[in-house]
Amino acid sequence: MIPSPGLSLEHYWQTLPPDWPGGFWWHWLVFTVIIIAFILMLVMGYIWIERRGMGRMQARLGPNRAGPFGLLQPVADAVKVLTKEDLVPANADKIVHWLAPVVAFAPALMIFAVVPFQDGALLADLNIGILYVVAISSVSTVGIFMAGWGSNNKYSLLGAMRNVAAVVSYEIPLILAIIGVVLIAGSLSLNDIVLAQNIPFILLQPLGFLLFFIAGCAEINRSPFDLMEADSELVAGFHIEYSGMKFALFYLVEYAEALAISAIITTLFLGGWRGPVLPPWLWFLLKVILVFFVMVWTRTTFPRVRIDQLMALAWKFLLPLALINLIITAIQVLAWSEALLWVMIPVNIAIMVILVLLWSKLSKLGWGRVEV
Amino acid sequence: MKFERYGKGIAKGLTVTIRHMFRHPVTVQYPEQRLNTSRRIRGNELIWDNVKCTGCGTCAKTCPQGAIEIVTSTNLVENKYEVEKYQIDTGYCIQCGLCVEACPYEALYMGYSYERAKYRRGELVQTKEMMLESPDRQVSGYFYPDFAAKLPRQTLLVERITEKE
Repeated sequence: MIPSPGLSLEHYWQTLPPDWPGGFWWHWLVFTVIIIAFILMLVMGYIWIERRGMGRMQARLGPNRAGPFGLLQPVADAVKVLTKEDLVPANADKIVHWLAPVVAFAPALMIFAVVPFQDGALLADLNIGILYVVAISSVSTVGIFMAGWGSNNKYSLLGAMRNVAAVVSYEIPLILAIIGVVLIAGSLSLNDIVLAQNIPFILLQPLGFLLFFIAGCAEINRSPFDLMEADSELVAGFHIEYSGMKFALFYLVEYAEALAISAIITTLFLGGWRGPVLPPWLWFLLKVILVFFVMVWTRTTFPRVRIDQLMALAWKFLLPLALINLIITAIQVLAWSEALLWVMIPVNIAIMVILVLLWSKLSKLGWGRVEV
Repeated sequence: MKFERYGKGIAKGLTVTIRHMFRHPVTVQYPEQRLNTSRRIRGNELIWDNVKCTGCGTCAKTCPQGAIEIVTSTNLVENKYEVEKYQIDTGYCIQCGLCVEACPYEALYMGYSYERAKYRRGELVQTKEMMLESPDRQVSGYFYPDFAAKLPRQTLLVERITEKE
C-alpha cells in the first residue's frame, strides 16, 4: 500500500499487519545489522575468552600484548590472516574450493534469525523455530565436506569424512534431546519456549541438557570431539589447504557455530533472556558467555577421543539415553501438574544420575582398555 | 564400587583445570620481568683479575676446549711473568668452569650475567681488557661461596610472579 501524501508515516505503519513491527523491511534491516554485529563482536570476544581462559587453566597468561589485557588480539589475528596470500592447490576443484567457506558460513549466520534476544526481539519468530535451527545447522557440514573434497588432499578428505560421520551420528541424540524440551514447552518457536520457562528447563531436563551439551559439542567439532581437525593426526583436517580470507571464514565459522550452539543451549535450557534485575539482552549475553566458558573448560580438560570412541559414544551411550529421556519426559508431561513441579526436579536429577551410572557400566567404549 | 569409570575421573579433571585458573600463572614475560638466576650460575663469560694473575697458565692447560690463549714474557727486574696476551674465545667455551677451579691464585671467576649473545663471531673473543670485573660484568658465586653469599637469592617459579599489564 502506498501512503497518500496527506497521511503521516505513523498512519501508514498502523495499516500494516500487527506482526510486522515497524514495517517489514525496517525490522529486517535492523535485526540483520544487530545479528551480524552481535556475531562479529561476540566471536572476537569468544576467541579472547578461549585463548585467555585456556591460558589461565594451563597456568599460562595467554595473549596479553595487543591492547589492554590482550583484548585486541583477535583484531590483530584477523588483520594478519586477511593480508595473507590466498593459495589454491594446483589440482583442487577450484569452484568447490572457493564456494566451501561461504556454504559453511551462511548457515551459521542464519541460525541467529530465530534466536530471541529479548521478548519478541528476533528476526523471524518462526513457529517452527527449533526445527529450522536443526535443518539449517546441518548445512554447514556440506560446506565442510566441500572444503575437504575440493582441496584434493587426503588429510582434508579424511577430516571432512570424519566430520560428516560425526554430525550424522550426533544429530540424532541432539534432536531427541530437543524434543524433550519441546514436549514440556508445547511449542517449536524459540520465543515461546523461553516464555514457557518459568523455571529453567535445565532443572526439568538435566539429562536432556547433558545429552544436548555433549552432542552439541560434537556437532560443532569442539574438543574433545575435534577429530576432523585433529592437529596431531590430520594436521588441520578440512582447512589444511586454506589460507587468507577463506581460512578466516572457516575460523569465523568455528566460533560462530560455538556461539550458535551456546545461544541455543541458553534458549532451550537456561531460560534464554529471562532473569531478574538485569535487562533481558544482558541476561542472554551473560548466559551465552557462561555456556561458552563451560565449553572452553571441557576443551582444556579432556583429551581428544578416537573416531571409534566417538561413534560408540553417540550410538551406544547418547542415543539410548536420549530415547529413555524422551519416554520419561512424555510420561511426565502426561501426568503434568503444577504441584508436582518441585518434586520433579530432584526426581529428574536422580533419574539422570542413575541412568548415566548404569550406562557407564553397560557400555564399553571402543573396546579399549577399561581398567580402574 | 570404584567410581573412576562412572565420571569421577571427569569430575577430577575438571576441578584440576578450574583450580589452575585461580592460581597465579608461571609465565615470565622476559624482557620486562627477569628472574634472579642461580647464585652459582656459570654465565656466558669469564672474569679475570689482572692483579692476582701470575701468568702461570694453569687455566689454559686445564681448558678442555683450548679456548684460553695466554702469552707471557719474563720481567727480570721484578722476577715475575708479565701477561702480554690473555684472551678467551667464548665461542669455544663450554662453561665447564674447570679453569676457575684450577686457578691457584683465585684470579679467574665465572660471570653472573647470561645475556651475552653477539652479532659477529669475532665479537665472541674476549681480550685482556674486556675481561676485567665491572658493574655490568658481575662475578658469579661459582666455586667461591663467599661471593655467592652476597648475591640475591634465586627466584623460583613457585614464587608469585605478577603480571605486567
